Amino acid sequence: MKNKMEINDFSFTYKGAKAPSLKHISLPVECNKVTAIIGPSGCGKSTLLRSMNRIHDLYPGNIYDGEILLHNKKDEPSQNILDIKKENEFIKLRQKVGMVFQKPTPFPMSIFDNIAYGLKLSGQKNKRKLQELIEKSLHKVALWEEVKDRLNDDARGLSGGQQQRLCIARVIALKPEVILFDEPTSALDPLSTLAIEEMIFELKQDYTIAIVTHNMQQASRVSDYTAFMYLGDLIEFGATETIFIRPTKKQTEDYITGKFG
Amino acid sequence: MTKRLLINKLAIMFSSLMAILGLAFLAWIIITLLLKGSSALTPYIFTHDLVENGIRNLLWGQFVLAGLASLIGIPIGLLAGIYLQEYGNHTKYATFIRDLSDVMMSAPSIVIGTFIYAIIVIPAGHTNGWAGIAALFVMMLPIVVRTTDDMLSMVPVELREAGIAIGAPKYHVVLHIILKAAKVGIMTGSILAFARIVGETAPLLYTSGSTIYMETDLTQTYPSMTVSIYNLATMPDEKLVSLAWAAALVLTLVVLMLNLLGRFLIRDKRL
Repeated sequence: MKNKMEINDFSFTYKGAKAPSLKHISLPVECNKVTAIIGPSGCGKSTLLRSMNRIHDLYPGNIYDGEILLHNKKDEPSQNILDIKKENEFIKLRQKVGMVFQKPTPFPMSIFDNIAYGLKLSGQKNKRKLQELIEKSLHKVALWEEVKDRLNDDARGLSGGQQQRLCIARVIALKPEVILFDEPTSALDPLSTLAIEEMIFELKQDYTIAIVTHNMQQASRVSDYTAFMYLGDLIEFGATETIFIRPTKKQTEDYITGKFG
Repeated sequence: MTKRLLINKLAIMFSSLMAILGLAFLAWIIITLLLKGSSALTPYIFTHDLVENGIRNLLWGQFVLAGLASLIGIPIGLLAGIYLQEYGNHTKYATFIRDLSDVMMSAPSIVIGTFIYAIIVIPAGHTNGWAGIAALFVMMLPIVVRTTDDMLSMVPVELREAGIAIGAPKYHVVLHIILKAAKVGIMTGSILAFARIVGETAPLLYTSGSTIYMETDLTQTYPSMTVSIYNLATMPDEKLVSLAWAAALVLTLVVLMLNLLGRFLIRDKRL
């Protein structure tokens, strides 16, 4: 199994909008690789990412067309996530496909509870096991040393970069199969950005990653594949090196060389 | 260049002057209350009912009426506010309720009093505690609805999405994340709403009425401090008039303290 997700001829129209925001997108998301989605503001890159865990459905009335396949582990059959209708299936999907947002979003509770929240929801009641999982995920995002003595402090007291790493820890504690990053560093300083980029590079050993970014350097640094989008169309997709060094489409080249966007 | 600076200076001067004017009136009211109310403000009045020239029953009555109105009004208002922000949001129905609440908030309180008089006091045959509670409840409800709605709208939308994205059902996100994030604001709003109704006279005038005796039966005419202040102030007996001043002073201090508590909570707010 090479691809974790496959987006096939996918179109998306926001509620009440006349024209679709995404038009016939086809894009593979390969297992244990980082796929970056780049493009100017309003090109639909976030809309596409937010379709991949159906977070759009928080605001009902949008129209989906085409399919987004999620290939499950080994024996289970693949699933078209656009068919999901029941709330418990949505919950399962979001536990498999986690998401990290642009602005750090610590919950109004302690550092410990921020991670415990999702774990408890997924059925983990054992206190010792909780403790263990929380410590492990904090280690993974290199936050453990900084917070181990104040796990019961309010998470909103952490710095922006620490908050974002906590949000990532919160997602990976649930052992998702895919992690979606929606411009995860655009609200952070350069040092915190570097820390998160390094983390993404390590996370791909265990997870499949899709990242939306405004920052082309970031895309070229962290990703294996890059998709360039413009006005709701997927213009070009390929290995990151190819896209950045020898793009085949003129629009891609213009964007990457900074002529527009 | 200099003209711009001049206009700037004039505007600052003018607005400062107006602020001082506003504060001066407030200070005037409080000083008058202190001067006229403090002479009758003795420990005696807190241990005796109005029949013996005290305000004990009035304090009791006022707080029972406002307290029970809050006990009913705050939970209902809270739930309605949660519905508006988290579930209804921009539907026509929610917009209608929101507009209606705004209108209700600016409805003259005497109108609310008259309305309750018509639907509760007349069928019951006489003024009673429940009618007073009902009138205060109607006054308070839109305030709680709108503050809850506003406080919840200040919680960033990303927090809701983050909760959903981690696999939480929506009600769980609302209950455990959104309400927690807006907790301080909602608490403050409730305190201020209580402070607002505890000093009301007009809604109680025809509903609870007031009595000089202690009363615990809410189906009977119930003691009310504000209504009694209104009654006592026009009495020929100077002693009773100064008792009214003392009662007014006590009420003002209570409301002032509740407001200060509300402000203090807001100032302490995180996020």
